Amino acid sequence: MKKKNGILYELNKNKVKFLMIMPAVLYFFIMCYVPMTGIVLAFKNYTYTGGIFKSPWVGFNNFKFFFNSGKAFLVTKNTILYNIAFLIINNFLQITVAIILSELAGKCFKKISQSLMFLPYFISWVVVGAFIYNLFNYEFGAVNTLLNSMGMEPIDVYSNPSAWKYILVAVSAWKWVGYGSVLYLAAILGIDSEIYEAADIDGANIFKKIWHITLPSLKATVIILLLLSLGNIMKGDFQMFYQVVGNNGLVLDATDVIDTYVVRSLMDLQEFGMTAAAGLYQSVLSLFIILGANKLIKIIDNDYALF
Amino acid sequence: MKIRKDRLVFNILGVVVILLITLFCVLPFLLILTGSITSQGSILRDGYRFIPKEISFQAYQIIFESPDMLLKAYGVTIMVTVIGTLTGLFFTAMTAYVLNSKDFKYRNHFSFYFYFTTIFGGGLVPWYIMMVKYLKMKDTYMALIFPLLMNVIYILIKRNFMKSIPDAIFESAKLDGAGDFTIFLRLVLPLSKPSLATIGLFIALNYWNDWYNAMLFVDKQSMFPLQYFLYQILSKLDFINQTASRSGVPVPQMPSEPMKLAMTVVATGPIVLLYPFVQKYFVKGITVGAVKG
Repeated sequence: MKKKNGILYELNKNKVKFLMIMPAVLYFFIMCYVPMTGIVLAFKNYTYTGGIFKSPWVGFNNFKFFFNSGKAFLVTKNTILYNIAFLIINNFLQITVAIILSELAGKCFKKISQSLMFLPYFISWVVVGAFIYNLFNYEFGAVNTLLNSMGMEPIDVYSNPSAWKYILVAVSAWKWVGYGSVLYLAAILGIDSEIYEAADIDGANIFKKIWHITLPSLKATVIILLLLSLGNIMKGDFQMFYQVVGNNGLVLDATDVIDTYVVRSLMDLQEFGMTAAAGLYQSVLSLFIILGANKLIKIIDNDYALF
Repeated sequence: MKIRKDRLVFNILGVVVILLITLFCVLPFLLILTGSITSQGSILRDGYRFIPKEISFQAYQIIFESPDMLLKAYGVTIMVTVIGTLTGLFFTAMTAYVLNSKDFKYRNHFSFYFYFTTIFGGGLVPWYIMMVKYLKMKDTYMALIFPLLMNVIYILIKRNFMKSIPDAIFESAKLDGAGDFTIFLRLVLPLSKPSLATIGLFIALNYWNDWYNAMLFVDKQSMFPLQYFLYQILSKLDFINQTASRSGVPVPQMPSEPMKLAMTVVATGPIVLLYPFVQKYFVKGITVGAVKG
């Protein structure tokens, strides 16, 4: 007789459900769990004939190569600093937009502006790359046309690494302002309207209401979202960096993040072992940061903990 | 009612800020549009500007005269998007249904099995080798479909949506002798049309905008999806020249600058025209997704 709570009993009782979940289980097994075993590549010298498992071991040589290349520190620093800049500026903009939209009265104005701000979210990074070319091209980009017509010197961003910090931050803000404000707007609409009515009776002005009611009510949401994005702080948005900056050697020091470095080493140099080491370094560091962030979330509000 | 002074100040400030940000969001689109109808000579002389000095539709003429490469790329993208979205949506919903059923004892274990893949991974290289060497997906349409088929976040969002279907419906169907798969197919799918639309649109947008998988796995020009085709046009001059030779325009007279932009317009147009109608589904997805997964 089968035990009432054994795994076999469950398997028999919910046969169909196990079958229904199997495609997804297999999919993630193939796409995620099997490649995880490929981590061993970071310790091997990959040869095509040997594949993942029969290539010879080389110990920590790949890591040594990666860290001695002088790139490891640079790309890590870039990845983290860019992500922090994106986090602060994007969230600030999104919250500002959400608060203003929640307080304004004109329905039509709100709807149209919200739609237009949402537009960049739907556009592929390739098209964003075209925008950047259109704006910043040295000979006939719109920015230089404008500078020329005002009698100023044109700028060449492609030989000017420090310009990219501002361009990338602006592009990220542009792409996400509509998306993020939707999220914060939902949080604001969830605030109990009675609090605002009580404040009205007490004669609070609108700025006071925003400062004393809206912002404190958003605090939890903001902190949780920030902590959640902390988990991605080691991950550079490859598509964005690659399309906005392009494969431009001159500005790489200012714009190279771990993800662009990894793809470039893989596609251009076919450096499998060293690239795998860089990827593993990124994964492990990310994992620790996520675990830490999750601990912090648990302290603040257990309901939002990831696991 | 008299408008209070603080309201007035706030409204003026607010409208100005929103207008500026909206302008900032829309401006690049307008620039591309005006650039694409400017003559090559004017661009080389005066640069891109908001109001073109010399209007010319030559770029569009050339594109539409020999549209075969563009149409091919459109065809690939449409096929990949349709097949990928329908298949992915079906499996996503089915998985979410199982994860949401209360009498499935191991649902939390499975949830964690899926969730773990979002916090730890083997990195790009092992995955790339897996796709190319073991799954033999180099230069196949599967390479464009498979990587975006399922996404853990969408499964969890779909599960959150399903929580709103009352359990009593499942129980009464069970009493009537319906199996799980029948319940899913006949009850859950029809009942969750709005959320299926939401998730489906997220998946479809990922497919439509994908160029990354094409860059990694596809070398054959005839298999390029739209966005990767556009990327080639923008980054490689010989692509423009190829179009030129097909349309019979001598290469030196090619309006290569406006053509790049016209291609961008033609490749982006459908999304810009379509998104106002589907935007509400995305808003819903973002809001539900923000609830704990």
